[in-house]
Amino acid sequence: MFPVKELKRSALTSLWFAFLTFPIMVVKVDPIERVVSWRWDNMFFIAFGSFVFSILAKVFIIQKERRASKKKQKTISEPLVQRIVREPRFLYPLALACFIFGISFPFLFSTYQTNIMTTALMYVVLGLGLNIVVGVAGLLDLGYVAFYAVGAYSYALLNYNFDMGFWTVLPIGGLLAALLGIILGFPVLRLRGDYLAIVTLGFGEIIRLVLENWNDFSQGPSGIANIPRPSFFGMDMTFAGGITYIYYIILVLVVLTIFVVNRLQNSRLGRAWLALREDEIACEAMGIDKTKTKLIAFSLGAFWAGFVGVIFAAKTTFVNPASFTFLESAIILSIVVLGGMGSIIGVVIGALILILLPEYLRALSEYRMLAFGAILVVMMVFKPGGIISNVRRNYKFKGLSVVEGKNNE
Amino acid sequence: MDYFIELLFAGLTRGSIYALIALGYTMVYGIIGLINFAHGEIYMIGAFTSFIVATVLSIYGFPLLAIVIIAAVAAAVWSSAYGFTVEKLAYRPLRKAPRLAPLISAIGMSIFLQNYVLLAQTSDFLPFPELIPEFAFMEPVAHIVGSSDMVILVTTAIVMIALTCLIKFTKIGKAMRATAQDKTMAVLVGVNVDRVISATFIIGSALAAIGGLLIASHIGQINFYIGFLAGIKAFTAAVLGGIGSIPGAVLGSLVLGLTESFATGYISSDYEDVFAFSLLVLILIFKPSGLLGKTETKKV
Amino acid sequence: MQSGLKKKLLVAAVSLGFAMAAPVAGMAADTIKLGVAGAQSGDLASYGLPTVKAAELVVAMYNAKGGINGKMIELLIEDDVCKPEVATNTATKLVTDGVHVVLGHICSGATKAALPIYKEAGVVVMSPSATNPDLTQSGDYPNFFRTIASDDAQAQTEVDFAINVIGAKKIAVIHDKGDYGKGLAEFAKKFIQESGKAEVVLFEGVTPGAVDYTAIVQKIKRKGADAVIFGGYHPEASKIVSMMKKKRLKITFISDDGVKDDTFIKVAGKNAEGVYASGPNDNSANPLSTAAIDAHKKEYNEDPGAFFENAYSAALALLNAIEKAGSTDMADIVKALQTETVATPVGNIHFDTRGDAVGVGFAMYVVKDGAYVEVK
Repeated sequence: MFPVKELKRSALTSLWFAFLTFPIMVVKVDPIERVVSWRWDNMFFIAFGSFVFSILAKVFIIQKERRASKKKQKTISEPLVQRIVREPRFLYPLALACFIFGISFPFLFSTYQTNIMTTALMYVVLGLGLNIVVGVAGLLDLGYVAFYAVGAYSYALLNYNFDMGFWTVLPIGGLLAALLGIILGFPVLRLRGDYLAIVTLGFGEIIRLVLENWNDFSQGPSGIANIPRPSFFGMDMTFAGGITYIYYIILVLVVLTIFVVNRLQNSRLGRAWLALREDEIACEAMGIDKTKTKLIAFSLGAFWAGFVGVIFAAKTTFVNPASFTFLESAIILSIVVLGGMGSIIGVVIGALILILLPEYLRALSEYRMLAFGAILVVMMVFKPGGIISNVRRNYKFKGLSVVEGKNNE
Repeated sequence: MDYFIELLFAGLTRGSIYALIALGYTMVYGIIGLINFAHGEIYMIGAFTSFIVATVLSIYGFPLLAIVIIAAVAAAVWSSAYGFTVEKLAYRPLRKAPRLAPLISAIGMSIFLQNYVLLAQTSDFLPFPELIPEFAFMEPVAHIVGSSDMVILVTTAIVMIALTCLIKFTKIGKAMRATAQDKTMAVLVGVNVDRVISATFIIGSALAAIGGLLIASHIGQINFYIGFLAGIKAFTAAVLGGIGSIPGAVLGSLVLGLTESFATGYISSDYEDVFAFSLLVLILIFKPSGLLGKTETKKV
Repeated sequence: MQSGLKKKLLVAAVSLGFAMAAPVAGMAADTIKLGVAGAQSGDLASYGLPTVKAAELVVAMYNAKGGINGKMIELLIEDDVCKPEVATNTATKLVTDGVHVVLGHICSGATKAALPIYKEAGVVVMSPSATNPDLTQSGDYPNFFRTIASDDAQAQTEVDFAINVIGAKKIAVIHDKGDYGKGLAEFAKKFIQESGKAEVVLFEGVTPGAVDYTAIVQKIKRKGADAVIFGGYHPEASKIVSMMKKKRLKITFISDDGVKDDTFIKVAGKNAEGVYASGPNDNSANPLSTAAIDAHKKEYNEDPGAFFENAYSAALALLNAIEKAGSTDMADIVKALQTETVATPVGNIHFDTRGDAVGVGFAMYVVKDGAYVEVK
């Protein structure tokens, strides 16, 4: 059943890993006491572990191939989730179920769970916002966190200096972020692909550094503390009540975002973004104003980030520049790509997985981030299009037997 | 004037450090168009391997020269092995995937490698043995340019020339250029693209390892997190110079190093990174493919 | 086909429900729960992990004696990566898990974000390393205590030393742009200017983790400073010190508690000689301190890391307060902390009404022959 050749291969793989990990895993030196400890048992574990893993992987691949060859005759089927979304019969009950689950969440679970869920939902909105920029319009933005920071600091600073309330600042934060998006967007949007990526990364860092260094403006690295939570018609709330309240605010925002983004994607503007992503030159030839269309995508994405930023400041009641590092941008980007670029449900699922995973991986304690990194790689290798790859709406001509529409990215 | 020269050399050293890492970035990008975020981690692993080997050897009483050579070779070998493995596991299966998938895979790999070293070794900072001694003949100018600065500058120059020659004149270099230009066409003319890409990763990683050894020896300390910032800066430098171009990576690194150094010297180190990134933005606005990058004209 | 789809959905929904519900189930055992929160991964892990080890040692010691008043002590260890937003999750998790007292957090920013949550839940928090003055001086956090002196006290010690003992006239104040380092540096700058005896010739931050600090060292030289006061942690300090040596700049280097750490001497090696750092009073004569360090060496086969003694003392102080108070009520513990003096590796301490430890004296140290020696 399992070919001997593969066994030999796995043995070679395990030898390779034993060699590869030798200096880091086996040798440990203490440069002060000048002693070397040789941890040979680690080498054994690595060799054994990689042997087992490579066999498992091989079995997995063989089975996948077998299944694929069986399936060959059939037409390419849409992913499960896509089918659900297409069928209103499933979609509406499912959406309703999700909504009821969302509403009742704080009553079903502990405050801690609600708090975590709030964080996850914040990232859902961030992911959806970035999805407009990266997934739909195809502009790789590695500095998305800058807009998030603008939102958070607008609430912190406006509250600190002018005593403005949460609800007043919520739209202001979003607008300020969008404005910044336009200001930054003008010079950089003519750059292509990865050049745009590094410039946005640079902008993200610049914003953070300014917040860090300009003490008179932002109180520098020590940050701003005691930011009030949102008030509910002037009532003061307990800690648990406050968390539940913010949870509902973000839940409403998630629903709103999904609605808006969904409408946008099928609008004239959304089509223009998709077209721009596929081919800029052809797009311009069709009479689409490239700069304007890109700028709108950029500033709309920024707007959502600013929104969530305000909520972030209200939730943690404390902001400092350390929360807005490049790693944060990378995580939001991972959400978009992992979930499936351009797909709303994909992004929602991606955010829930990526943000909840490290929390529930806490059981693994120090191996948590190791597992997180490994999972990112494995997910990408086995599902490069994301968990739910977006299928473009296509129209079939039913009269003739035509080949079904292809999956697009 | 003295101050100017001091800052000039400070900038050149810093630039050369970036260059040693940036070369690997630019090679990989040039060939498969991937921002290899794990490259900073490969540099870190190179530094760690040389740290372990050098310390073990010095405990067993080897002479300094032998330590330097063995540590450098070991670092290069193992870093290359890591680079090769990372490419095979995390990037090769994604070669036909959407453009951003390998990028996320690279970010995941970077997080994984960082934590792997953290767990297998330590979270503490460790003293890196001084592998570059203070040369007596450098003493008169040591306050401007020290021995380790000198070694770094010279190594970067040698590496750049050697790399340029490799790519210009050797068979593998030709194959690399062919692959970079058009993968499908390269396959048709008999280039083993897989092997060329592996070779690129191996060479890039070996360079990063040498960089790791020199830099760690220069700053005298090491920890699992050193790859992250160095990687981002080196990547910035590579883009500044025109990503995909070897001389571009070195030029970009030097420009970046000098900017940071002069900004610190004449203005304030509070904003050195702000100046560095602003410079990047400015240059890219006026030269969208970097200093030495080729301007792509896209045909319809 | 369609029923298959429904089935799949059902399975997915059920398993999702289980996955969510599983971590909620808590333990009802009658134990005293000591939370330990701080950076245990990421770039600041080396400051958080020693605290975990200190807590493990103290708890093992207490449990070996049969716990407190017949109750065993249980450790709840949570990672906050030193990020404020994660710290609020960490704090909520600890509170939800029914923690009684918390040892942590490590960074001032994360502590500030987490404290309101603990305050609401009536949990006493003691940090081994959060030095931001606001934490105790603002009066906002009655549940907060610490076994380390605040930034301003430390900066004052450093500035007095630089001006009165070293006789520095031109001082360069450098920091690492972090909340700890920059806060301290700002106090140092303020105190120097107020003293009128010396001037600040340079006030700048360096980027932590940068590959090279030559430029800033050349600038210090250019400004003609005769002393450097550095606010920040030991990795940057050792890089600056070695770079100063390499560039033949021989001026006094004075730093803080983040540098008064044996790792600094290990990493900087010869270059550490002659560096001054402020830190808690010399404890090497204190048998408790040596016992703690020996226990660490025995258990983990290595020397303890940053803030180990502060964390060990904090754990002792917390558990002692619970023991003396005979309850885990916040008011009782606070009272016990303020009235009961406890013998710890950092000295015999109790706490003032603001939460700062009384009895943790401050002293200046100098590196001599590879060890910190108190300057008399």
